[in-house]
Amino acid sequence: MAAIEIEHLTKDFYAGFWRKRPIRALDGLSLRVEAGEIFGFLGPNGAGKTTTLKLLMNLIRPTAGSARILGQPVDSVSMRRNIGYLPENPYFYDHLTPEELLTYIGTLFGIRQPVLRKKILELLETVGLAEARKLQLRKFSKGMVQRVGIAQALINDPEVVFLDEPMSGLDPLGRREVRLVISSLRTRGATVFFSSHILPDVEALCDRVAIMNRGKLLELGALLDILKVKIQGHEIILAHVQPAVLEALRPMCEEITLMSDRVHIRAATSRQAGAIVSQAVSGGAELVSVNPIRASLEEYFFQEVQKS
Amino acid sequence: MKILTIGRNTFRENIRDKILYNLILFALLMILSSIALGQLTLGHEAKVIVDLGLGSISIFGTLIAIFIGISLVYKELEKRTVYALLAKPIHRWEFITGKYLGLLFTLLVNVAIMAAGLMLTLLYQGGIERYTYLNLLPAIYLTLLSLMVTTALALVFSTFSTPALSALFTFFLWVAGHFNADLLEFGNLAKTPGLKWLTRVFYYVIPNISNFKVIDSRNVIQAAAYFEPINYAALGWVTVYGILYSGILLGIAVLIFSRRDFK
Repeated sequence: MAAIEIEHLTKDFYAGFWRKRPIRALDGLSLRVEAGEIFGFLGPNGAGKTTTLKLLMNLIRPTAGSARILGQPVDSVSMRRNIGYLPENPYFYDHLTPEELLTYIGTLFGIRQPVLRKKILELLETVGLAEARKLQLRKFSKGMVQRVGIAQALINDPEVVFLDEPMSGLDPLGRREVRLVISSLRTRGATVFFSSHILPDVEALCDRVAIMNRGKLLELGALLDILKVKIQGHEIILAHVQPAVLEALRPMCEEITLMSDRVHIRAATSRQAGAIVSQAVSGGAELVSVNPIRASLEEYFFQEVQKS
Repeated sequence: MKILTIGRNTFRENIRDKILYNLILFALLMILSSIALGQLTLGHEAKVIVDLGLGSISIFGTLIAIFIGISLVYKELEKRTVYALLAKPIHRWEFITGKYLGLLFTLLVNVAIMAAGLMLTLLYQGGIERYTYLNLLPAIYLTLLSLMVTTALALVFSTFSTPALSALFTFFLWVAGHFNADLLEFGNLAKTPGLKWLTRVFYYVIPNISNFKVIDSRNVIQAAAYFEPINYAALGWVTVYGILYSGILLGIAVLIFSRRDFK
């Protein structure tokens, strides 16, 4: 069974004072996320990521289309027992301490006291807030509130977790911790659907990604597949290359850069890279390394968004 | 169960709000000052204390109901606390009802504190029979009923309007609710059937706050010459009216809130 099914989901917002004009925030989005997947939902600001998440959480109603989570429609209250949600730039009751907030939310899930208490301590430990558990949230920094947000999304051991920009507001250490939390969710078999524009995190975590721009789905697929298409050649590093050998190699190379005692060569295809390496090595050069030049998700993302 | 959890959190939110303590302090000061005012009258000290005390409880209770009621839902939307909460397994009607009950409980506690203040003031003044204390209870109960209606009004406005406008609307209707009977009388005197019909519609739509003011010192101080016994039948009808009216308002608030998009 798919964890999340989205079909032709469309949302218009209305702007203007006298004559209300519709603005399409999301345009016919269809996708499926399988159980156990870590799914990255990418796009620049205004791409429709938060709109999609709010539609999935039934905070806003679609103009057209439908969505199902764990096989149930998004307005099902019983389904929400099995999901977790971290809103974008979350904010919680600042008169509460993390412990009180989590107790409140845990009680809404019907979790009984001794179990809940243990779970709260465990979660606060995981998100690094064990020390601050008796402090009112009004005294918290943005990063700390974000951590509380992650803890409250996981209080019910959800099967599907929706995280809207989970890394925002976090320092590098915090981002690493959240990455670990998401990895541990994968180990537990949970499905994670998270939106982000911090691409290295997505690269490190996701099985599949959807790339959105201006409310439309640009690309959907396994991260490796999307990036493989974009291998931009190979970089070969050689040492002790004789000038005569270098001259012989020149026609086969895309680009040659001479460093003090090394030569950096760029080859267009892997076949060419092989030929260059064998000729150089037989000419007495030493092979230091060969690496495929992959477009990082960031470059890919930039190109795609520019194209559209 | 979930409603109670939400209510409990709302109560906790309210009691950690400073505005509440300021209002209670003022109310208690006002009740205490009735001792001084009572001494200006000859032999009517208790009457002044009872009337001023009940008036203070009603006015400060209403202020608390309006000030906290108008931001009850608005604050959740403005601060976006509602997003994480509504994604939990709760219905939107449970959320609204929980918030409403939470504020009602806050009011109950506050009114109890103010009532205790009034009784202590009476005790300090002395010279009244213990029935007076018992007779105060129905009056305080009616104040609570009227606060139930006022809170429901503020809640309805809070689901779609800003606090400033909600306060204005609620206060306007609360004032209009005191002159409801006059409005009906005016309609009856009018010759045009259209106007008569209009005043009748307004009479039923506007909350009849004056209904809840049927008990004052005349019904409380049994020893006084002007004593009139409390009309318990009227008390029953007002109870039915208060519950029905608040229930309808709560229904409207739920309806508006359930249809809202949280952008």
